Amino acid sequence: MSSAVEQLEGLTAQEYKYGFVTDIDQETLPPGLTEDTVRFISAKKEEPEWLLDWRLKAFRHWQGMTEPTWPNVSYPKIDYQSISYYAAPKSADDKPKSLDEVDPELLATYEKLGIPLEERAVLAGVAVDAVFDSVSVATTFREKLADAGVIFMSISEAVREHPELVRKYLGSVVPPSDNFFAALNSAVFSDGSFVFIPKGVTCPMELSTYFRINAMNTGQFERTLIVAEDDSHVSYLEGCTAPMRDENQLHAAVVELVALENARIKYSTVQNWYPGDKDGNGGIYNFVTKRGACRGKRSKISWTQVETGSAITWKYPSCILIGDGSVGEFYSVAVTNNHQQADTGTKMIHIGKNTTSTIVSKGISAGVSNNSYRGLVKIMPKAEGARNFSQCDSMLMGDRCGAHTFPYLEVRNKTAQVEHEATTSKIGEDQIFYLNQRGIETEDAVSMIVNGFCKEVFRELPMEFAVEAQKLLGVSLEGSVG
Amino acid sequence: MLQVRNLHVSIDGQKILRGIDLDVQPGTVHAVMGPNGSGKSTLASVLAGRDGYEIEEGSVTFNGQDLLDMDPEIRAREGVFLAFQYPVEVPGVTTMYFMREAINAVRKHRGQAELSAGEFLKLAREKINPLGMEADMLKRAINEGFSGGEKKRSEIFQMAMLEPKLAVLDETDSGLDIDALKIVADGVNSLRGADRSFVVITHYQRLLNYIVPDYVHVLSDGRIELSGDKNLALQLESRGYGWINDEVVPQAAAGV
Repeated sequence: MSSAVEQLEGLTAQEYKYGFVTDIDQETLPPGLTEDTVRFISAKKEEPEWLLDWRLKAFRHWQGMTEPTWPNVSYPKIDYQSISYYAAPKSADDKPKSLDEVDPELLATYEKLGIPLEERAVLAGVAVDAVFDSVSVATTFREKLADAGVIFMSISEAVREHPELVRKYLGSVVPPSDNFFAALNSAVFSDGSFVFIPKGVTCPMELSTYFRINAMNTGQFERTLIVAEDDSHVSYLEGCTAPMRDENQLHAAVVELVALENARIKYSTVQNWYPGDKDGNGGIYNFVTKRGACRGKRSKISWTQVETGSAITWKYPSCILIGDGSVGEFYSVAVTNNHQQADTGTKMIHIGKNTTSTIVSKGISAGVSNNSYRGLVKIMPKAEGARNFSQCDSMLMGDRCGAHTFPYLEVRNKTAQVEHEATTSKIGEDQIFYLNQRGIETEDAVSMIVNGFCKEVFRELPMEFAVEAQKLLGVSLEGSVG
Repeated sequence: MLQVRNLHVSIDGQKILRGIDLDVQPGTVHAVMGPNGSGKSTLASVLAGRDGYEIEEGSVTFNGQDLLDMDPEIRAREGVFLAFQYPVEVPGVTTMYFMREAINAVRKHRGQAELSAGEFLKLAREKINPLGMEADMLKRAINEGFSGGEKKRSEIFQMAMLEPKLAVLDETDSGLDIDALKIVADGVNSLRGADRSFVVITHYQRLLNYIVPDYVHVLSDGRIELSGDKNLALQLESRGYGWINDEVVPQAAAGV
């Protein structure tokens, strides 16, 4: 196995390498958001009446809401009328039946991103659902999954092919009125992934989605819904990139997970949206609502995220632990450099008896960035014997960045055990010198120290993602020391 | 191998070294002794290239090259090793991974092929057992949760792995009990050879019973006031450092 440091060597010379733009025929809706926009999107997707109504209800609700101001981030006011809410590669009109029919330009884009669909599918045994701007382009390995009874398709298709499932679960974890961005997403979501693992099935492969924002002035509003029935098991990976553009772009996704009795869902994200340039121009606003409901007894939902991109990150993958003995986990690495801002963390809501949750958060700040951990642990009155362990570590590189921790604790059952540990450290000159003295150069030394700091999170990631995450960390922190 | 000429060094404007001269020939062991604050550790740090020291005057030549002009990692690759007085912890990075990266960086620099995982492990086992440590230590994070003795033994292990030309041991004996001291000394002695030199920095003579030096230098107030053979260390042991300042220095000044 070639070492991570070697891989880093090749990468540290670069800045954001996914910043290319793909020149393909796009069908883009002009900027603006009215009921007609919502109707247009719904019609474009030939959606049933109930879904249009659901969207319109969300839209009307959103109109009466205000953007949250409590996160520890600042940005100019977003003009929601200047954003285009739908962009699709034109060839999507006659959707490809197989990979051979996918626009070669598009496949080339994915190849540039390091995910050749075919190869990846064959070699890695990973099924990939690729969402390009707003439309799901190709879903690989569908047949093999179908044999196992697993449904993995774009949510638009799922609406057509499995309306009863979508209708049953959509919005059941994150209601359309949940928050400003979730309401906006509910009104205008254009695509995303749908996964259904039937009772007793262990999904035969890792499922994976790659999100890509390509078009200019578009927002991306995916909606992901994963349902794991009793005794089923699935591991889902999500990766994201976007071209470099001077304007800010909005990404407001919603992810809902439902785990029934004994079901296990592992959801891993490597988020590398364009972070903006060194002076803070451009970059993605990543305002995302992710929530999982452990509805069944002994069910388990595990979130792992590596957040290195975006100008602003606002997300709190959460678990609602309803089933007795259910388990929620949150493992996070958030890296901010230059002018990036991150306000991220989790919510663990303990409702059932003997529910347990674990939170491990690693924040790394460099440049003039700000990195906040915000986490809520809530133990409800009936959650006898609930336990939580939280560990939040922050590492500062340089003296112009900030690390902040906002832990919220609400304990309403006296049998609960809640532990919280927090540390803040500066990357040590002594550590770097120690590694230097053994022949390791500074850039590699920093990568080693930072990767060591994040180890508890990285080991939760599937192997190939862990390697990617380590590489990303090296690139994100390039030039931040010395 | 190493020539230090008239080396003057300060930290934050405060003079620490005031004209050090030192010649280290291949295959020799030099002990540098001296009271606290005499500049012993500064000398070690300057040789290894730690930041924060201002070289005001003088030169250091290592195998014909200007040592002070090299970055710390280049010095390491050229064969300068520092056994730290206070080895730092690096959480989450295993000693195995760290050493493999280090040894391959050094080998690459020397034009040697990198070691495969198997070759590395074999070498590591060979080097670690004589130090009374288990190969399990390799799987632990660098120095994390190590006892004082384990940290020092790990330094000697790293030295054995990297096979330096010049090893500087900065108070490696501090905090060691007699058994650990013997193990560390054995480790050093087994590495002695015709083309490897040592600068052993120590406050106490005790270590020099086990690592017998060819030369002993006494550092006082930033200068080498006295040099001799191993008997000088014994003299110091019985007469104390005060003897240097009270008798040797005044005599030297008076030209006796």
